[in-house]
Order: sequence, then structure tokens, then C-alpha cells
Amino acid sequence: MSERATPTTDQTEETDPAEAADETGETTDRSADAAGETAATGTESPADTGVETGAEAVVAALEDAGAETLFGVQGGAIMPVYDALYDSELTHVTMAHEQGAAHAADAYGVVSGDPGVCLATSGPGATNLVTGIADADMDSDAMLALTGQVPSQMVGSDAFQETDTTGVTAPITKHNYFAGDPDTVGDTVGEAFALSAEGRPGPTLVDLPKDTTLAETDSDPGPAETPETYSVEEDPDDEQVAVAARAVERAEKPLLLFGGGVVKSDACQEARGFAIDHGIPVATTMPAIGSMPEDHELCLSWAGMHGTGYANMAITHTDCLIAVGTRFDDRLTGGVETFAPEAEVVHVDIDPAEISKNVHADYPVVGDAGTAIERLSAEMDRSPRTREWREQCQSWKDEYPLAYATPEDEPLKPQFVVEAFDEATDDDAIVTTGVGQHQMWAAQFWTYKSPRTWVSSHGLGTMGYGVPAAVGARIAADDDQQVVCFDGDGSFLMTMQEISVAVRENLDITVAVLNNRYIGMVRQWQDAFFEGRQMAADYDWCPEFDKMAEAFGAKGLRVDDYDEVADAVEAALNYDGPAVIDFHIDPAENVYPMVPSGGANGKFALSEDQL
Amino acid sequence: MSSEDAPDEGTDSNPGTEPHPEVPRNGMPGPSPDERPHPSGRRNAKGIRIDPEAEAEPEYRSAVVSALVEHEPGVLSRVSGLFSRRQFNIESLTVGPTTVEGHARITLVVEETDPGIDQVKKQLAKLKPVIQVGELDDDAVRAELVVLKVRGEEPDKVQAITEMYEGRTLDAGPRTITVQITGDQQKIDDAIDAFRQFGIIEIARTGQTALARGDTPTTPGEEPGHAKESEQESESAETQTGTYDD
Ligand SMILES: Cc1ncc(C[n+]2csc(CCOP(=O)(O)OP(=O)(O)O)c2C)c(N)n1
Repeated sequence: MSERATPTTDQTEETDPAEAADETGETTDRSADAAGETAATGTESPADTGVETGAEAVVAALEDAGAETLFGVQGGAIMPVYDALYDSELTHVTMAHEQGAAHAADAYGVVSGDPGVCLATSGPGATNLVTGIADADMDSDAMLALTGQVPSQMVGSDAFQETDTTGVTAPITKHNYFAGDPDTVGDTVGEAFALSAEGRPGPTLVDLPKDTTLAETDSDPGPAETPETYSVEEDPDDEQVAVAARAVERAEKPLLLFGGGVVKSDACQEARGFAIDHGIPVATTMPAIGSMPEDHELCLSWAGMHGTGYANMAITHTDCLIAVGTRFDDRLTGGVETFAPEAEVVHVDIDPAEISKNVHADYPVVGDAGTAIERLSAEMDRSPRTREWREQCQSWKDEYPLAYATPEDEPLKPQFVVEAFDEATDDDAIVTTGVGQHQMWAAQFWTYKSPRTWVSSHGLGTMGYGVPAAVGARIAADDDQQVVCFDGDGSFLMTMQEISVAVRENLDITVAVLNNRYIGMVRQWQDAFFEGRQMAADYDWCPEFDKMAEAFGAKGLRVDDYDEVADAVEAALNYDGPAVIDFHIDPAENVYPMVPSGGANGKFALSEDQL
Repeated sequence: MSSEDAPDEGTDSNPGTEPHPEVPRNGMPGPSPDERPHPSGRRNAKGIRIDPEAEAEPEYRSAVVSALVEHEPGVLSRVSGLFSRRQFNIESLTVGPTTVEGHARITLVVEETDPGIDQVKKQLAKLKPVIQVGELDDDAVRAELVVLKVRGEEPDKVQAITEMYEGRTLDAGPRTITVQITGDQQKIDDAIDAFRQFGIIEIARTGQTALARGDTPTTPGEEPGHAKESEQESESAETQTGTYDD
């Protein structure tokens, strides 16, 4: 099919008016102009050398905006942009699947703090990006997606590899653009890049019809700026801060809740300082894991469905919840009727639409997290009296420990594997995950100490996120930072083709597949809520992942018993390149504590019979 | 799964945590849900803290929201997409150009709770092409147009009702009469009721559009241009922009 279809596109290209215009030979003049400009300003920005096509403007805009690495897959409609990349300083990482490109770009952004960029061709390339874009949208991750599109004059005709990409991605992007004009396409790409990171971050997309990228233009993109209609209030209102400060001062059982916004706005320093200065215990959301060192006595780790019992107890009993940069997702709150039922809520967020969206904010503070926290602290005349409350929180830590049974004779417990890796790695090692039970164990049994070391799919819960995220994280991370991906057998199966990329690029990552031969989280729910009817949850048909890894050219290991764990972990971490360990774990192991969907946080179950 | 099944064996090989004496075979140690203290506080479905004894049903009301937007392709689909995606109860949506070139006004009537209306406004304001959003006061000037086609058996009576509602006859034939009525929602509803006696064949309603009364701008800070027929083509949007003071 596709072989017959391909010549059709080629025909289109041949008759492309923009391409025909290429032969007019005007380019020499423009280069001369541009050279003069470079001499005059003395800058060496690549854009100053003068762009000649829309595609070059796209690339120049990316360079100007500070992008360094792109993740993508080639294709007909995006080919002009790739052609322009040929002469560029930007690094392009070819991924095995566009979903991988989107997740890698997302993770690159999470780790580096700068927007990640992914590219795909039109139609199937663009639709393959969709999961990754939706994932970044739900987690408010800055990311720019560039998609090829059929030539403008064919848009709407159901042309070969045409998809209404702006239509498909409108609900899952912060904003998207159809770039119909070669003279402004560079500015549009710069704007999209800047917009993705401004205020509350999120993915943006620019759809690039082939005639736009092929067409001649001499418009060098200007500086990457967000549009005027997008205005963000960074500085909170004095009055809002003042009344919130009074509420915190008079609280007897105040609790800080750090959300992903604390990490994204690089406000961890201020947030930790606030907690310590005022002696206020801290719970985090999952995306905020690492914002507060989990070994700090004020830290209660993360709250929510599989969060710690002590964080959930604290949320249930606090009288003043100071929530920073969280959107009160239902996996965090359980049923809102029972969420922090006696607390006055101070809600700090840069996005006014998050205020009182799910949980009513008694004291809204709209602004940048770091700025708002500092202002709040400066405004407080005294700290709340929290000694008793802190003692209470400590005693909950003793009452509800994260623990598991490990008699040596039973199948290997996944929690043990996570702890073994935590022991063997440095404090700033990065963890990526798939989605399922293994993700929860990785979050529970690893002690996170630094922000941007936990890279996972939260809001969308995308199985298969782990391996491509490890690729993106590896490229963004410092050379001496270790990257470990905890994956499930089901999740690994979805995107393990990206191991081939890690092999090609010789990326030093370790993938620990916590292989329970089930899509375990589903099996856990079927056991708990569907009378053990394990429909389509059995994954004993998976390939042998160590051999699969070897086939890709990676190092493959397999572990069945406790006494093999330490050696395998060491061997994988020491291996220079991607290593995959297939850990055959106890298939019956479940994730606890658990707040049943819509339940009350304080009523978390510690075992199945409590559900 | 109960704690009796818990093996006696400790967790010596566990490198991270201290061995816990009573870790059940499949689950975690700690007091069960019923053994824990629970506060009696409560919120309603909108997340507002309420009297634990009180009724928690939020009340719905109708609000007219006006959004000033950049007149660019796709803006209407973004707005309507937002409404379906977020499950807002939308009664009507009208759109048209304003006095400023490149701007359009979208007028929405929504039926929501107070927090819901707040969300409508804030979510709208987040859209990149949206410049300003405002909710109109009860005293705002509102109007709607309806075109009605009724049976033509009693043309005199139809004419009388049309006049009563200050409408116009657009088309009259032996079998059907088509009239137009403009006015606020109440008047339109009343008129439709009055025409029912003849047998209504078809109705087309535009939905409400509205402006704030007097000098109040319809969306906060809105600066209308003074469009004069002759200048409209030649002047840029910027020079057309004026304020209420000039
Ligand atoms: C793409 C995708 N499909 C389906 C699901 C639903 N789902 C959530 S967890 C889960 C099981 C994951 O299994 P596995 O990756 O083996 O991890 P485990 O739970 O066994 O650790 C499934 C199917 C999902 N989250 N994402």
C-alpha cells in the first residue's frame, strides 16, 4: 500500500509552487545582506547568517530560543525541516517511535528545566505524538512539538498522510499554531517555544505545512516572546498575601502541600526554607517528589491514593493546608467531600483557573511559587505553634511505616529491588518509570532528595513512559548522574523499542523490569473490586526481556532470587551503556497503602481486606 | 491477608528500612481504618467546606459572559471545545466583530453554579486568543433574534401578535407566515408561546448577545474603537482604538 502511495507525495512535491520558486536564484543577494548585518552587530547567532527558507527560519528560531536537542522521526511533510537541520548545530536524536520522541522530549524538559522539543511528520507521525503531548499537558510540562503537514493548498482534501493536527491536539496543548506563512513561521516557532515555558508550563505545537517550510523567505525570526494576550501575574497581590499570612500564623496544625509547580518554578529552595523556618510539616504530591528531601524530619513524603499513611493522616487532620502549585487531582484528594475536611485552604498557584477548581481556596494567592512563598514568609509576624502537631506527624510515621515482608524463601519482592537500587546509587540519581504497581513501589521505596530526579507520568498515567523518558532524561542529565528506569513487564513491552536508541547513542541507563507476569495494577484491582476475575491481566506471554535486550545490543540480565540482586544491580550500573535487568518478582505482591477511588484519604487500606 | 498470616521471619536482607515485626504477608502494618481518628468536617461536591449537617446541593444560575477575542481562525472551535471538554452547561453562544479591527466578541450564556461560572471565566481567559473576559450585570442590555415560521390559516391574528411583540413579517404565503422578533429572552419566550396557537412549523433562534449598560466596558478595560464607515478600511486597529474619555 504505502509503496504505491509514496509516488503520489513525490508528485505533489514536484509540482509544489514553492519549490519551483526556489530556482529564481535570489538567494545570493540575501546572503550578502545578512553577512553585512553580522559584521555590523558582531554577533554570531546562527539566525544572523540569514535564513533562506521557512524551514531554515524554523531551525533558526529553535537555535535562538536556546533549544539544543530535538527528538523525532523523519517523514515526507517534515523533511524540509530535517534538511535545514543538516547544517545546524542542534543535536537530533532519532527515536524508534514518535510516542518515544514526545516522552523523551518531555523527560528532557523535566530534568533540564528547559522545554523539550519533538518533531514528527504529518498524519501518523503527528498522531503518534498525541499520547506524549497529552501526557505533557496533564503534567504541565513545557514542551514544543513540531509537526509536518501536507501543503496548504491540499489541506482539507484528505491528502496522503493528512490529519487535522491542530484540531486533534487543540484540547491537549496549551496552544497550537498552523503556520501558513513562511515569513512569520520562525517567529511562530519562537513564540510557541517561549509560551510553553511561560507561567504555568505546558506543551505547544506548531503544524508546518510543507509549502511553508519549502518556501523562500528572508525573515529572520525575532526573539522568542510570548504573545501579548498571554499575561501571567508573577507577583501576588499584597492583600492576598496578608490575609493568607494571618491564616497560617493562627493555625495549630498547618500542613504544607508541595505540588509539581514547586519543582517547575524552581522554588524548592524557598519552599524548603519556608517549611523549616516555620516548623511546618510537608506532604508532597507525586509530581513534586524530590521537592523536599524525603529523609528530612518535616517531610511526610507524598500523599494520595498510594501515598504514605502519615501524609494522608496529616492531610486529613490539618486545620490549615498551604497548597503550593498543585491542581488537587483526584488521585491526591480522593473524594473532595472528605478531603482535608477541617482545613482552611491557602492555595498558591500561577494559574488563576486552578484556584477553587476542585477544592475551594479560602485564601487564594495567585503568583509564582517562589515569589509567593517568600512574600508570605516576610509577611508573617510569627510562626504557628506546631510542636504538638509535629510530634503527632512523627508518631504517624511510626504507626504507618512503608514496609513489606521479605522472607528469603518466597519470590523476590519488588520493593527490595527498588531499595537495592536506591542503596547502590547516588543521591542525585534519576528515576523514570512506566505506569502501574512498579511505579508506585519506585515512588514509595526510593528516598528522593533532589528535585528533577523523579520523572514519571502522573496525570495521564501513560504505560510505556519509562524507557523513552530514560532516554530523554539521560541526555538532559549531568554526565555523572545515574539514570534508572523502573518498568513493568506490560509497560516495557509498549515502548521497549527505544532501547535500540539507547544502544545506538550508547546511553548509560539501567532498566529494571519488575516483571510480575501480569499487568499487575489491573490484577490488583480485579482481585479487589471484580471478585478476582482476572480478565486479560495475565502477561505470562511476554518475551524474555534479558534476551530481548541482548537482541537490541544492550546488556541483558535476569534475576529470580534475593541473593542475585546486589550483583546484578552492580553489574548493570557499572555497564557503560544500556542494561536491562528482568527481575522476576512475586506476582502476588500488591501496592499498599491504598485510598480507594473517591474515598477519604484518612481511610487508606493497608491490605485487601480493608478495602 | 490478615496479620495472622504474617510470617515470623524478620527482614534482615532488607537494606533500606528497619525490619518491622508485624508486616503482613501482603500489605502493610498499622492500625486499621476504623481504629483511626476521623474528623467530622465535610465539603460539598465543589470542594467548599460546609456545616457537616447541612444540605450540600450547589445552586445553579444563569450568567452572561462576554469574551473579547482575537478574530483568528479556530478561535470559535477552541471556545466551544473548551465548553464540551470541561462539561460546562452552555445555553447559547453568539459571535461577531467589534469596533476594533481584528477583534471579535463572543457572548455566552451559561447555566452553572457560582464556582462553575468562575471556572468558565478563568478557563476562557487562559486561551491564548482571548483578550478579556467579563460577566455582565443583571442590568446589562441583552437581545436575541428569533425567526418563526407558523401556519398561515389566520393571517390577521398572526399579524396582530407580530405587532404586539414589535416583530416584522419576513414572508407570507398561502400556507406559511414567517416573522422575526427581537428582544430579551423573556420577550422571545413569551412571543414563541403566543405563536404556538397557530402551530409553529420551524424556529431559528440566535442566542443572546449583550453589552454592559452605559459607560461600563463590557469586558474589563475594554477600549472600543470609534468605527466610522469612511475610516474603517484605511486605519489600523491601533489608531482606531479609543477610550471612553475621548
Ligand atoms: C497506555 C496505557 N494503557 C492502559 C493503561 C491501564 N493500566 C494502568 S496500570 C496497568 C498495568 C501496568 O502493568 P505493568 O506495566 O506490567 O506494571 P505493573 O502494574 O505490573 O507493575 C494498566 C494496564 C495505562 N495506564 N496506560
